[in-house]
Amino acid sequence: MNAIIKVKNLTRVFDVSKPWLNRVIERLPKSYLTAVSEVDFEIQRNSVYALVGESGSGKSTIGKMVVGLLNASSGAVEVDGIDLSSEQDAEKVDAVRSNIQMIFQDPFASLNPRWKVRDIIAEPVAARGGDTKGLSERLLEQVGLSAADADKYPHEFSGGQRQRICIARSLASEPKIIVCDEPTSALDVSVQSQVLNLMSDLQEDLGLTYLFISHDLTVVQHMADKIGVLYLGRLVEEAPRDVLFSSPKHPYTQMLFDAAPRIDGFGREVEPPKGEIPDAINPPSGCAFHPRCPMATADCSKSRPEMRKIGDTRVACHLAE
Amino acid sequence: MQHPILSVRNLVVEIPTRHGILRPVDQVSYDIHAGEILGVVGESGAGKSMTGNAVIGLLDRPARITSGEILLSGEPIHNKRPDELRRLRGKTMGMIFQDPLTSLNPLLTVGEQLTETIQEHLNVSNAEAQDRAVAALEEVGIPAARARINSYPHEFSGGMRQRVVIALALCAEPDLIIADEPTTALDVSVQAQIIALLKRLCRERGVAVMLVTHDMGVIAEAADRVAVMYAGRLAELGPVRDVLTTARHPYTSGLMASTPLASQGQKRLRQIPGSMPRLGNLPQGCAFSPRCEFAQDKCRANPTPHIQDGDGRAACWFPLSANSEQEVDA
Repeated sequence: MNAIIKVKNLTRVFDVSKPWLNRVIERLPKSYLTAVSEVDFEIQRNSVYALVGESGSGKSTIGKMVVGLLNASSGAVEVDGIDLSSEQDAEKVDAVRSNIQMIFQDPFASLNPRWKVRDIIAEPVAARGGDTKGLSERLLEQVGLSAADADKYPHEFSGGQRQRICIARSLASEPKIIVCDEPTSALDVSVQSQVLNLMSDLQEDLGLTYLFISHDLTVVQHMADKIGVLYLGRLVEEAPRDVLFSSPKHPYTQMLFDAAPRIDGFGREVEPPKGEIPDAINPPSGCAFHPRCPMATADCSKSRPEMRKIGDTRVACHLAE
Repeated sequence: MQHPILSVRNLVVEIPTRHGILRPVDQVSYDIHAGEILGVVGESGAGKSMTGNAVIGLLDRPARITSGEILLSGEPIHNKRPDELRRLRGKTMGMIFQDPLTSLNPLLTVGEQLTETIQEHLNVSNAEAQDRAVAALEEVGIPAARARINSYPHEFSGGMRQRVVIALALCAEPDLIIADEPTTALDVSVQAQIIALLKRLCRERGVAVMLVTHDMGVIAEAADRVAVMYAGRLAELGPVRDVLTTARHPYTSGLMASTPLASQGQKRLRQIPGSMPRLGNLPQGCAFSPRCEFAQDKCRANPTPHIQDGDGRAACWFPLSANSEQEVDA
C-alpha cells in the first residue's frame, strides 16, 4: 500500500518520579506515566488522518513523536520508508525532516514576537541555507494575506491571521506532510471555517498529507479521511470517517459521540457518561476503559484487548462486533 | 406581574483609553426569568463576558457602567456601593468562571471555602455550615462528600473542581447564576456531566442562569433562549430553536452555517469573510455591515436599532425571512 507514514507499536513513557531526595526520604518508588502505549497506524499519501481523544489520551505526544520533537521509548515512526530514530545516513534523515512540518494550537505562543513575519516564515528554509528571496511574500499571498504583511510583527495580526502565518511557515520548506495539533481550537467559529477551508485547499493544490490532531468531533468529521480514536494512550478504534460516524464499534467512541453537544440537540436530555479519565500513572488493568464501560465483563479487567479487524474498522474491544 | 430575576436595560459599559472611549457593551437589554437558562454567544471580544461581569459588579477599572439599568428581582443594583454589592454577590448572585483552578483558593480546603461563603451570607453555626457544605457538594455530584470536604483543590480533577466551583456558587442559594464559559476548559464527557448538572439545578431550584459560551452546541442543548452578541451589541435575541434554525440576523445565520456540522457532506465550509472589527475602529453603520453579504447603503450609514427583549428579534435593517409585522422597533 502507499503509506507515507507508518507508526509501529509506538510507546512513550515519561518519568514522573519525585526528585531523588524526596524519594529517599519519603521511600517512594520511581513512577512512570505511559502517555502512548503500543499505537499502530498508517497514513496514506495525500490523505487526512485524524487522531481524536480527550486530554491525556496521548494525541499530542504522538504528533510530537511523528515530527521528531520527542523520541519514542519503543516502537518506530517510518516516514517514506525511513525510520528516523535508527537511520544512520544523516542526509536521508535531513531530507525526511524537511518533508514534515507542524502547525501548533496556539498562534499567539508559536510565533516569535520579536521577529518580522518575513523572517518567521522563511526560517525553515533559511535554517537549511536555502534561498529565501521573495519566499515569504509568495507564501503570504498563498494563505490569503498580502505580501505587504511581511514587514509587520505578529502582534499586528488577529488570531486567525496568525494561524495563517503559521500555515505559511509550515509550507516554506515545501513539505509533504503537515502535523496539525489542534490548529483551530484557539479560533472563533467564523475564523475556524476560514482556516479549515484554507487547509483543505492547500491539501488539494499541493498534494499534502495531514496528521490532524483534535478533540473536536465536528471538525474531525469535516476534515478527516480516516480517524483513530485514542483513550489513555491507546488506540481503541480506527475507521474511515463515514464508517466511524455511522457505526462506532468501541463503547468509548459511542460514549464520545453521545456526549458531544449537538447544534441541533435542542433540549436534548442525555444521560451523561459516568466517571472521568483515570490516572495515567496507574491505569486500570486490562482494557483501560472497563471501569466506565457500560458493557464491561470480568474478562475486560483481566486482559488487554488486541486490535481486531471488523470490516473496515480496527477496534480494541473484547465485545465489539 | 412577577419581575424577571434579572433585567438588563440599555446597559452601556465604557472604557476610556488614550485613543478615545471604547464601548465593549453597547445598549444591551435582556431579561432572565426564574428557572430559565439564557445563553449568551458570540466570538471573542463580542462583549459577552463583559456583560456578565457588569451584572455581577466585577468590572475591572477603568471599565465602568455609564448608562442603563440592571434590575435584580425588580430592584436596581447598577448604582449600589461596592460593599452593598459584595453582600449581594454569593447571596443572590453566584458566578462560575471558566477556569476552576484559578477560581479556588489553593491554600484553603474545599470545606473551608464553602463554610466561609455560607457563614458570610447566612447566619448559621459552624456545624450547620459544615452540614450545608457537605450537602452542597453532594448536590453537585461529588462522591464521598463528607470525606472529601477536607481536601485541597489540587486533589480534585478538573471536572470535580468545576463541580466544587458550582457548589460554591450555589451554597448561599442565589436566585441568579452567571456561568462564564463553565465547560470550555473541560473534556467532552465531563462537559456533558456539567451541563446536565446545570440544567438539573435550574429546573429543580428555579435558579435563573446566564450561560456565557462560544459553543453553539452547548447553547442548543442547554439554553431556553439565546442572545447573540457582536461587537458589543445584541445582534439577535430569542428562543433558542428559532434563533438557531431560522436566524433573522445574517451574522447568526453565517455563524450557524460555518460550523462544520451544518455543512456536513460539503467539501468546503461556508465562511464569513473578514473578522470582527476592533472596538476602536467600528464601522459607522451596522457593525456587521462590512462582512455582511446583504449589506446595503442604509446598513453602512445608519447604526441598527437596539433590540428590546421579545421573541426572535434581530438588530438588522433587513432581517432574513422577515415580514412586516415582525419588524424591529426603532
